[in-house]
Amino acid sequence: MTTDTAIRVQGLQKSYKKLHVLRGVDFEVARGSIFALLGSNGAGKTTVVKILSTLLKSDAGTAIVNGFDVAAQPAKVRESVSLTGQFAAVDEILTGRENLVLVARLRHLKDAGQIADDLLARFQLTDAATRRVATYSGGMRRRLDIAMSLIGHPPVIFLDEPTTGLDPQSRLEVWNSVKELAGKGTTVLLTTQYLDEAEQLADQIAILHQGRIIAGGTLAELKQLLPPAKVEYVEKQPTLEDVFLAIVGDDDKDATLATTAASAQTSKEQR
Amino acid sequence: MTKQFGELASRTTRHFFGDTAVLLGRSLRHITRSLDTIITTTIMPIAFMLLFVYVFGGAINSGSDSYVNYLLPGILLITIASGISYTAFRLFLDMKSGVFERFQTMPIARSSVLWAHVLTSLVANLISVVVVVLVALLMGFRSSAGVLAWLAVAGSLILFTLALTWIAVIPGLSAKSADGASAFSYPLIFLPFISSAFVPTDTMPGPVRAFAENQPVTSIVNTIRDLLAGQPAGTDIWIALAWCVGVLIVAYAFAMATYRRKIA
Repeated sequence: MTTDTAIRVQGLQKSYKKLHVLRGVDFEVARGSIFALLGSNGAGKTTVVKILSTLLKSDAGTAIVNGFDVAAQPAKVRESVSLTGQFAAVDEILTGRENLVLVARLRHLKDAGQIADDLLARFQLTDAATRRVATYSGGMRRRLDIAMSLIGHPPVIFLDEPTTGLDPQSRLEVWNSVKELAGKGTTVLLTTQYLDEAEQLADQIAILHQGRIIAGGTLAELKQLLPPAKVEYVEKQPTLEDVFLAIVGDDDKDATLATTAASAQTSKEQR
Repeated sequence: MTKQFGELASRTTRHFFGDTAVLLGRSLRHITRSLDTIITTTIMPIAFMLLFVYVFGGAINSGSDSYVNYLLPGILLITIASGISYTAFRLFLDMKSGVFERFQTMPIARSSVLWAHVLTSLVANLISVVVVVLVALLMGFRSSAGVLAWLAVAGSLILFTLALTWIAVIPGLSAKSADGASAFSYPLIFLPFISSAFVPTDTMPGPVRAFAENQPVTSIVNTIRDLLAGQPAGTDIWIALAWCVGVLIVAYAFAMATYRRKIA
């Protein structure tokens, strides 16, 4: 195995009783890249992630993560990876800071408190640090969840549908965190059902359909599978997301400006 | 190779105790932040105690001077039986929220996740038991037991709690709903009613009496009652011990099998 491959999956199969979820999955992920596993609900994305993070055993095939076989050296794999599951796996009764300290201590790190404070600042959770997670919004939970996964700097991170159920702003925040991670050399494998998410983030995309990878490559390579682009003239309207983000803005100041502008316009119209 | 293996083993053991301590701290915070679980655990046994002492007690001929003294051991077992349903419930919540999976993908001693819940159950139930004993004292419970007898009572209750907690782990890991996770405790709460906990067994009709005298609660209740009365517990203590250890071993084996199936 070459050193620049972080994950190598070959012939992976998994069945639940008579249901064949994975029917021979193969893919490779280069170190430090973002790899998107794209597929509709029930395609087997979560099953792949669970096998790679040692939560499930495969029926056949091999999976090597960070140089370790998930079946033969699960403890070594667990030292190399971090999983952010489909639902934010945070302890609701503890505060945000206590959640981070808990994970840091379970990873046997010194200065758990310092690590927690740094991550709280990085994910804009410092103000909410001493509040119970039960009071957090969906976006805050997801940010905390991802922050918990970064503790101990695991070289490989699995994100299982990281933006499902998030509002557009939280989604952008998560995207920025993921890009920042990959920029620092962390390998990210993410699953998603959103095409734009894969398009925005991933260096490599694999499409998982009915338990098999039916297409894979860079975005450019995937585009070549279709007939060549032809030039069409289309009037570009702002999408609702553009409008929403422009109006809501990133902070209060922008929002006030937008409201003022809007009300100024209304009063002009009234006259 | 052997040396390497030894190093790995000692590291795993060290992690086991360290990780269990960290996770125990976490679950104990859950207890201190939701003291209502302690209150709801103790309310039913205390209500039973009030009902039986002040309503039915006058009509029950227990052959004992004080009915509170007679009743308390059974009430303590009911307290523990209702307390362990919260262990199943907390474990179920960890399974459902994904917190359990997060721990399982981390480089920790994996079984420490279960042990932390078991030890938390022990602490929570001991607190409940102390609360119930304090209420019993207010109601006139008195004991002539010495330090050793009290230690033996504590030991029996701890063993009983551990046995029941490992039973609770099974639905906690495998339940589909929160109600399912805690419903298993109802028969356990009911068991003391068909034992020597409330009335002497010799007034019961044949088959009921046979069941009552040979089920685990009777020997445990008799043991604790004798110990608290400052009398020698006789053979009951060995039967009680055998029941507790036997149930503990079987429940532990089934719980671990369920656990391994879950984390496959």
